[in-house]
Amino acid sequence: MTSKPPVIQVVDLHKSFGDNQVLRGVNLEVEEGSTLVILGGSGSGKTVLLKHLIGLLKPDRGRVLIEGEDIVPLGAEELARVRTKFGMVFQSAALFDSMTVYENVSFPLREHRKLKDPEMRRLVGEKLAVVDLSPNIEDEYPAQLSGGMRKRVGLARAIVLEPKIVLYDEPTTGLDPITTAYVDQMIIDAKRKLGVTSVVISHDIASSFKVADNVAFLSDGVIVEKGPPQKLRSSQHPKLKLFLETWFGKN
Amino acid sequence: MQIPEELGPRAGRPGPNYLNALIESIGLGLIRLIADIGGVTSLGFSVFRWAVRPPYRVQNFFAQLDFVGVGSTFIVALTGTFSGMVFAYQTAGAFRIFNAESLVGPTVAITITRELSPVFSSLMVTMRAVSAMCTELGTMRVTEQIDALETMAVSPIQYLLVPRVLAGLLMVPVLVVVFDTAGMSGAYFIAVAIQGISAGTFINRTQQWLASSDFSEGLIKGAVFGLTVTLIGCYKGFNASGGAKGVGQATTQAMVAAALSIFILDYIVGVILH
Repeated sequence: MTSKPPVIQVVDLHKSFGDNQVLRGVNLEVEEGSTLVILGGSGSGKTVLLKHLIGLLKPDRGRVLIEGEDIVPLGAEELARVRTKFGMVFQSAALFDSMTVYENVSFPLREHRKLKDPEMRRLVGEKLAVVDLSPNIEDEYPAQLSGGMRKRVGLARAIVLEPKIVLYDEPTTGLDPITTAYVDQMIIDAKRKLGVTSVVISHDIASSFKVADNVAFLSDGVIVEKGPPQKLRSSQHPKLKLFLETWFGKN
Repeated sequence: MQIPEELGPRAGRPGPNYLNALIESIGLGLIRLIADIGGVTSLGFSVFRWAVRPPYRVQNFFAQLDFVGVGSTFIVALTGTFSGMVFAYQTAGAFRIFNAESLVGPTVAITITRELSPVFSSLMVTMRAVSAMCTELGTMRVTEQIDALETMAVSPIQYLLVPRVLAGLLMVPVLVVVFDTAGMSGAYFIAVAIQGISAGTFINRTQQWLASSDFSEGLIKGAVFGLTVTLIGCYKGFNASGGAKGVGQATTQAMVAAALSIFILDYIVGVILH
């Protein structure tokens, strides 16, 4: 039996900002159709790592392979081609506040597909349904939505071009427990209904263990432990033990 | 061995650290200035490189033409009218002393077309449109909307900056024409209706002395200032960081830099054109 090559492969990734060495040799693989959660404390370099996956940052050293193609040496136009394989959900949702929900979700379609308006309306409605939102909100502006709804609109926009990979930047940060549960379910549903490969960065232990097929723990700029959630639960790595203890100790 | 400070090389020199700090702050200021000039210039090249590449977002471009140009027309016309009026009033008062009222028309016309019109029009655009551009782009930057554009494989420079900068480049010269017209109308009203200078003298002398090169100088300056102030506003907003405070600081810096650059470039372009 031959196993499929990983969709995302990070090899010996180093990144510094001035004297601050953020990534010190990260190695990572994400299998097709799986959800990987990159767990780590504040300032551990999770967002920096995520930005490397989509080419928003260039590493000092190392490689980032997307479906076997190294994106580090690519120029702006080639990167744009690779980025169409991605959807990204931002911590703050990053919806365009001057546009309605419909305009936000249809934005990637308008930019990359030449579609007639009824077809665009159908696709937007379809994606809003995937994230459990009613088409009635299409004419509302982001400022009129709750935090959880904004996140879901953000996901609808991220998946409207049907990307292979969806990246989530701290999707549950700052949300109440009920909305957090909604967002967790949204990530699980996106994977189940669309079969996407997901990478989630988070410091929310409960959410991570709920949505992840695999969890990678980032500490001091390297992945110190990686595996299924239950394997990490029994890890003896002192920093990971301490990190998990803060939640499992209380629950 | 530790040398006591009173015996060391700094003995007898009062406050050398202040001097170091002064030199350091001047040096840092200069470095920042050079970095900003380099950044704005480099952004300018990027904008023109992206401007010639498809896709051409005509709707965005017209929206910015409307915002920068049409939206500024009234305020520029108002500024022009009052500038022309006050300039004609002051000139008539001064020229009457040596019986030279007939030169009020050409004096006002040359000053308005060459200097007042491009400088005041671009200052108005800076205050009204460039400040809004800088704040909007800065807010988009700190709320990750610009990163979102990039992740959706859309160039933020092409999508956001190209229409704004082109609108500045094209619409400020149009506003210069509006200012010229309003300014000369205001001047005519004061000179002829209030100061009693004959309409024929005002018009004939203006036609006699005002050259088309005066008018084109104003248009060229308008294009240069329009390009520069929108580039500065876009540069500062595009590179804003640090939340609401950072956006506020970026807008303040953009306003100061844009206003100063108008006056500095006014001198440089004026010298080059003559």
